[in-house]
Amino acid sequence: MQITSPQFKTNAARALDDAQLQRALSNVEKGFVDKRVKAAKALPEFEALRDRARDIKNHTLQHLDLYLEAYEEKVTASGGHVHFAETAAEARNTILQICRQVDAKTVTKGKSMITEEIGLNGFLEENDIAPIETDLGEYIIQLRNEPPSHIIAPAVHVNKDQVEADFRRTHTHLDADRSLEEPSALLGEARGILRDKFLAADVGITGANFLIAETGTSVIVTNEGNGDLTQILPKVHIVLATIEKITPTLEDVSQILRVLARSATGQDLSVYTTFSTGPRRPQDVDGPEEYHVVILDNGRSSMIGTEFQDMLRCIRCGACMNHCPVYHAVGGHAYGWVYPGPMGAVLTPTLIGVDKGGHLPNASTFCGRCESVCPMRIPLPKMMRHWREREFERNLSPATVRTGLGLWAFMAKRPKLYRALTRLAVGALGMFGRTRGRFRSLPLAGGWTTHRDLPAPQGRTFMDQWARRTAGEQSVGTAG
Amino acid sequence: MGARAAILSKIRRSLGVDGTETDRRAVAADRLQRAPRGLVPKRGAGSASEQKALFMKMAEAVQASVVTVPSRQAVPEAVADYLRGRNLPPSLKTGADPRITALPFEANTPTLEVRHGPSDGQDPVGLSYAFAGIAETGTLVLHSGPDNPTTLNFLPDTHVVVVDAQDIDGDYETAWTRLRDTFGKGVMPRTVNMITGPSRSGDIEQTLLLGAHGPRDLHIIVVEGAGTSGESA
Repeated sequence: MQITSPQFKTNAARALDDAQLQRALSNVEKGFVDKRVKAAKALPEFEALRDRARDIKNHTLQHLDLYLEAYEEKVTASGGHVHFAETAAEARNTILQICRQVDAKTVTKGKSMITEEIGLNGFLEENDIAPIETDLGEYIIQLRNEPPSHIIAPAVHVNKDQVEADFRRTHTHLDADRSLEEPSALLGEARGILRDKFLAADVGITGANFLIAETGTSVIVTNEGNGDLTQILPKVHIVLATIEKITPTLEDVSQILRVLARSATGQDLSVYTTFSTGPRRPQDVDGPEEYHVVILDNGRSSMIGTEFQDMLRCIRCGACMNHCPVYHAVGGHAYGWVYPGPMGAVLTPTLIGVDKGGHLPNASTFCGRCESVCPMRIPLPKMMRHWREREFERNLSPATVRTGLGLWAFMAKRPKLYRALTRLAVGALGMFGRTRGRFRSLPLAGGWTTHRDLPAPQGRTFMDQWARRTAGEQSVGTAG
Repeated sequence: MGARAAILSKIRRSLGVDGTETDRRAVAADRLQRAPRGLVPKRGAGSASEQKALFMKMAEAVQASVVTVPSRQAVPEAVADYLRGRNLPPSLKTGADPRITALPFEANTPTLEVRHGPSDGQDPVGLSYAFAGIAETGTLVLHSGPDNPTTLNFLPDTHVVVVDAQDIDGDYETAWTRLRDTFGKGVMPRTVNMITGPSRSGDIEQTLLLGAHGPRDLHIIVVEGAGTSGESA
């Protein structure tokens, strides 16, 4: 897919002016935040399970080579095939080859961000194979020819009336006068259309939430059941997953499952958690005849042992973006590639380079909400800070930022001057903004005030207030 | 160098190891062998009747419907009652599970048409016998094989699942232990489905809608007196 991460600022400005998008984004907080809190509170062991989940992934990464070997051995023993791919191009070609061996015309797909990462759909189309997205959200954005804007709710940027228009535009064989007023009518229509595609597909491609070393099993976690129809009906099931999905045992997966859905959608467990091992067995009455797993690296192995290793614990629940004020304001497309929000701000520069993805770690207020809800306790703000440092070291930051930082450093090294100037600025802003309490516009601060007001300071700097407070406490102390 | 060797050697370089260290290998092999249980929530601990009650409560909380019957003999009538109550045609597709084929459909519910085999997408109702129920989240565990076709779990609009009360476990870990006892350590059937409620989607404006691609309705029949575990094997 087209990378627009270098244009983050333009993307973000456009997103802020997009009324449809802003309406859709209001569903993010409503749809996810309260539900997560409720689910977490209902399980007394939730916080302790987050620690366990983190420790399991840390342990696995320390022994990743060995668990990968064990996993491969088990897949082979159960009659499946493992294909390793270092790069996106290798993964695409491996998948194409498997499809060609069975002369595939159509391929159904479960939701998989890795297939977005390697640009699989466009590649299959170029090779005369029709990929059909079957997750409702993915289906909607495929009709709209858009990338996903959220890793678990890919069409979160789209409103119901837009879905209706897309269905009327593309499902032209259906009665033009049908009612699509109710969301359930839209769902029913997609269900009917995709049911035929499921039954006709030659190959089904899914991602994996986990690959289990103990048993050679791939696991998918879904609510719709589309991933299951994708993988049990066609002759061939292909799993595409990256190296860090490896998890040692069924028990380890169970620990992580207990924090995954709760963090993602606020469910105790997703509706369908499906464990697939090899192809159908000789006595089985259904299931795929071939089972292939494509294990992709695409830059992840070089994150091990660096300050970005913790990112490999990510289980793609989406909690960080669901709680991110920047994501709430600009949505996922502004980030310009597959992975938006805080996890994208860390991962994208790793995968496409800091020269292209460098804006993303700057798109953070460092409020820390992402880290506080991350089920795997990934220190996202700290890693964004690492990227900012690297960007600065490599001279990639724009001149205005460097000049600004230079000015600030000059003052910070001269405390008296710093305090005098801030006292002056805060005092003046406090005086002018006293009546209204906020500024609608300010000279040189249009970047801020175009989209929101700037709260007026109270009139005294933090240092002054602190000095006054300590003095007060001392006098109280003396009196007592 | 092939991709496999290249990836493994990059990982090893990043970790500062060469893969032959006996202590590392022992640690990984031990975890795979022992499969430590980790932290199991207290929620699912309790007596068999508490676990059954929790299972039913949690399943209903995710929009499944649940009834109990005193014995397997009563299952056909419970199925027929449910279909009648939902105004569904008296017809279902099911597998060759001996627990199902032994049910007295012909004697007790002669008007109910029972067909056997995997689903081709034309069956309004599917009937399966679960391997386990899991109390902590109201989850059913079903696995593929000659007896309970996986397609029955997903293609019919209505899925009716029978589970023996004695097969309701408190937590996922207990179900895994029983699965290992059945299939052997490190061996899995082709598909193991954990099913928690009927299919749903939140993809249109984050509003919950039931019946996305899988069943719109999930009905669970819990059998109280299913006899010894030998009978259910």
